[in-house]
Amino acid sequence: MVTVGSVDPAPLRAELVIEYPFTRTTGPVVGAFMTGLRDGRIVGSRRADGRVFVPTAEVDPETGDAITDIVEVSSAGVVETWTWVDPPRPGSPWKAPHGLALIRLDGADTPMLHGVLVDSVAEMSTGMRVEAIWRDERVGHITDLVGFAPEGADANVGLAPRENASAEGGAVAEEPVRSIRTPIRLEYDFIPSAAAQEYLRAYADKRILGNRSPVDGAVFVPPRGVDPRHGVEATEMVDLAHTGHVGNFCVTHLPIPGRNDLPTPYASAWIHLDGADIGFLGLVSGCDLDEVRIGMRVRAVWKSDDELEATAENVRYWEPTGEPDVPVEQAGNQAWSAKGFPNA
Amino acid sequence: MREVAVVSSAIHQVEALTFTTDVQLMVPLINEARDAVGLTQADIGFTCSGSSDFLAGQGFSFVQTLDAVGAFPPIAESHVEMDGAFALYEAWVKLQIGEVDTALVYSYGKSSPGSRRDVLAVQLDPYTVAPLWPDAHSVAALQARLLLESSAVTVEELAAIAVRSQRNAVGNPNALRASADVTVDDVLAGAVVADPLRATDLSAEADGGCAVVLAAGDRARSLCERPAWIRGIDHRIDAHGLGVRDLTLAPSAALAAGKAAERAGFAADAVDVAELHAASTAQAHVLAVAMGLGGTGSGNEVRIDPSGGSLAADTLMAAGLVRIAEAARCVSRGDADRALAHASSGPCLQQNLVCLLGGE
Amino acid sequence: MGTLGERTAVLGVGQTKYQSTRGDVSIAGLVREAALRALEDAACTWADVDAVVIGKAPDFFEGLMMPELFLADALGCVGKPILRVHTAGSVGGSTALVAASLIQGRIHRRVLTIGFEKQSESNATWALSLPQPFSVSINAGAGGYFSPIIRRYMARSGAPELIGCMVAFKDRQHALRNPYAHLQQPDLTFDQVVEAPMLWDPIRFSETCPSSDGACAMVLGDEEAGDAAEGPVAWVHGTAMRSEANNFPGRDEVSPQASRDCAAEVFAKAGITDPRSEIDVAEMYVPFSWYEPMWLESLGFAERDHGWRMVEDGSTNLDGGDLPVNCSGGVLSSNPIGASGMIRFAEAALQVRGMAGGHQVEGARRAFGHAYGGGAQYFAMWVVGADKP
Repeated sequence: MVTVGSVDPAPLRAELVIEYPFTRTTGPVVGAFMTGLRDGRIVGSRRADGRVFVPTAEVDPETGDAITDIVEVSSAGVVETWTWVDPPRPGSPWKAPHGLALIRLDGADTPMLHGVLVDSVAEMSTGMRVEAIWRDERVGHITDLVGFAPEGADANVGLAPRENASAEGGAVAEEPVRSIRTPIRLEYDFIPSAAAQEYLRAYADKRILGNRSPVDGAVFVPPRGVDPRHGVEATEMVDLAHTGHVGNFCVTHLPIPGRNDLPTPYASAWIHLDGADIGFLGLVSGCDLDEVRIGMRVRAVWKSDDELEATAENVRYWEPTGEPDVPVEQAGNQAWSAKGFPNA
Repeated sequence: MREVAVVSSAIHQVEALTFTTDVQLMVPLINEARDAVGLTQADIGFTCSGSSDFLAGQGFSFVQTLDAVGAFPPIAESHVEMDGAFALYEAWVKLQIGEVDTALVYSYGKSSPGSRRDVLAVQLDPYTVAPLWPDAHSVAALQARLLLESSAVTVEELAAIAVRSQRNAVGNPNALRASADVTVDDVLAGAVVADPLRATDLSAEADGGCAVVLAAGDRARSLCERPAWIRGIDHRIDAHGLGVRDLTLAPSAALAAGKAAERAGFAADAVDVAELHAASTAQAHVLAVAMGLGGTGSGNEVRIDPSGGSLAADTLMAAGLVRIAEAARCVSRGDADRALAHASSGPCLQQNLVCLLGGE
Repeated sequence: MGTLGERTAVLGVGQTKYQSTRGDVSIAGLVREAALRALEDAACTWADVDAVVIGKAPDFFEGLMMPELFLADALGCVGKPILRVHTAGSVGGSTALVAASLIQGRIHRRVLTIGFEKQSESNATWALSLPQPFSVSINAGAGGYFSPIIRRYMARSGAPELIGCMVAFKDRQHALRNPYAHLQQPDLTFDQVVEAPMLWDPIRFSETCPSSDGACAMVLGDEEAGDAAEGPVAWVHGTAMRSEANNFPGRDEVSPQASRDCAAEVFAKAGITDPRSEIDVAEMYVPFSWYEPMWLESLGFAERDHGWRMVEDGSTNLDGGDLPVNCSGGVLSSNPIGASGMIRFAEAALQVRGMAGGHQVEGARRAFGHAYGGGAQYFAMWVVGADKP
């Protein structure tokens, strides 16, 4: 039972995940840094005046000129500043609380950021000396460094010393690293607006709601709470018929990522419901693709009652009603002028 | 240079905007700012906004928000993927050309659906830094520790900045963190969340938005009794890498303040109030020093963050514009003859904008 | 007539070779390549640049939020102002306009402006169709959005079915004379264009823009810089930007009012009353073939329902046409989304400087640059000329 105008205490929400395994090509300078990591070395960029930037820097920040000279620096150095990360951040390479520090390696003039592997914040201090802890198997990625640990302490993570780590296969003979993968995953708690909540719940009741503009009564669907022409709130909701016409359409031959249920080719159309003054995208089916036309009268074909949820996907598709077409000059966005309003 | 003033503004900041879309947030704010000076969108010569797709988790997210403006008939409009303070800068530039006399600027941010501190890690060097996911609080902490260990400031002085913000924020409906009687001891008793920063050292994350109307010359005078004139405005950026620059300084803030002062004819230390866009108390200190506003707020003439500043409510992508609005309000109300508004972008104050405002 | 403010000149243009993947460079390397070429063309160094304005499409393409922060060093911008514009597909154009306004407003004397996209780092289709919960996902790409609008135009104008293919073929022919263009198809025949698979009826694969990596940069200067330049410069005669809501009752999607209003303003500023005869060459944002005749009409180069005739009779062809369109190959031949608008503006400038090489229109003295974005709702345009306005 939908309570119009109020918000259900358990609002509709969904997890929105944006993620992609970005592939970054490095170019020669960043590539040199990554190749160094793969080979168990840390390198930097040496400017003409001798200043060494670690990690490598493609460009001198002071002049905008390229820096091309690559030199190796020590993999041990000094913590210049630090903080403690507890709990570790999602997506980070660390699964336990850890230090995060700017570490100036011996031979470098600029510190680099990485993790410090100690058991508690009490063990962190500015000025402490640390040394690199390497992964056994390295690929040319900043995480080839597991992190840094206090110098001289037992490398208790049980990894092989770096010089021999790439003995198999001979890293030196390999090609330089040219690209890296840096997956990014971000999660959002997506909660539709109050108007959208109402609209979605109405769908569960096989009702399609639109928003009426206070300015001239134009009805927008889906309801967004605003009349976009005037930048004013539209709060009035109206029930719309489940019939309308095709204002515009196209036949698509490309599959949609994530929609394996949709065989190609298919017809997507701007459905102009009776009572609404703009269209929304919907699938047209129940006829041959070449019968789909501007002005064709359609009606909603719903999922069965036990399949209904709070979603516009309750309408499986729109099928022809067989009624006479809306004339093309009055179809879609032209319908507004047919009502007596001036065309845009 | 053409005289341009802030003639009205609208601000709304809350902890989380759960059932409100960006559009629904901005409709009342944009209308409020325009209505305050009796303008319709048809009267506005240029519109510019600032926002971030990454907050929305949606590419082209600002396209929807155009609905809040009422963009029909078509409008001259642009957008920056930056804090609204930079959108205001673009609008100010447009007004300098002389073709239009009014501009609407707006920006908003709804970071509550995501994890803001982690989203901001994606601003960092994508090859050697971002894959380690250094979140914004950790990055701010690195800077704070450098500051403390350089003896430029003590933890008590940072706590005093937190106290100042909370006390000033009392009575500000757009502040999230306000308290009339919080003390330094109270602050120091709080838990450390990103060593050495406490929760009250970090700005209070807010959802919200801001709209500002600018007008030029006599048009401004006709719209508003006491326009807040933009006497000087400038912005600069520093090198990106955290290890490449001295994080205890903000040279771009100093430079921008100096450039703005050249135009304004008065320097930052000559203002009555200053609104700072800082993500931490440490950054507030760095900025005050960089721009010559004095130290940590004891006994100098510039009243810093009379609204509570961004420490009291920090809306990502709008906090800088809110500083300009708040500073302008001080001038328009007659509480100040000269004001400074600051906006920043990027990790550890990498990029800074300074706006010097004055009454007639 | 006239644009208020300081006269603005395009002193230099720099482009990268557009291709599906620039695997040899980092993001910084890509933008610097274009920037350095522009600086060289303008006989400027980094030190001469007062400010940078950078534009690109959604940051999800590269997974780098607010890239102006990371790129400040690479663009010689430390200690300088940098702005980052984002206006969807029109961004390359609006970025150029923001840069121009810094000169027009007498804020700066020389501004470097750049648009880029390194979309191979992810996937354009993915980035353009991020899932939105509670929405019906039914649109496979931008073509799915624009093809119904094209269908409307075809029905309304009575245009012959193959006009779109003619545009696509023409632009790919033009691209052969532009070494920077992504698609280089010397063996392409018109029949191959027609027989290509249909993607979004009526748009075929051959009528669709590619996905490209690339960057395009310009150095803009004030009047004194323009006068002092040793080589030819392009002078900005008019600029305009317009936006409108993208779904409202009665909207004309085929020729949006924002497009018409924007064109009217830019031509008025440039003192142009008959664009067809007064503009020598046009670079228009045509990502799907049929948008050439549609924009020709909307912008005022052709009467309503007659734009397709200009395609059919060869008027928009580099060889023999009186209004060559997209001699560079256009968006149909190269599409790094964040740069595409700026490429249009830059190519217009190259034409009136006489520096368009193999795709130069002889004697071009006034050129038009155009970009659009969103649901055909954002428009940015400029007119440039060989003579000072």
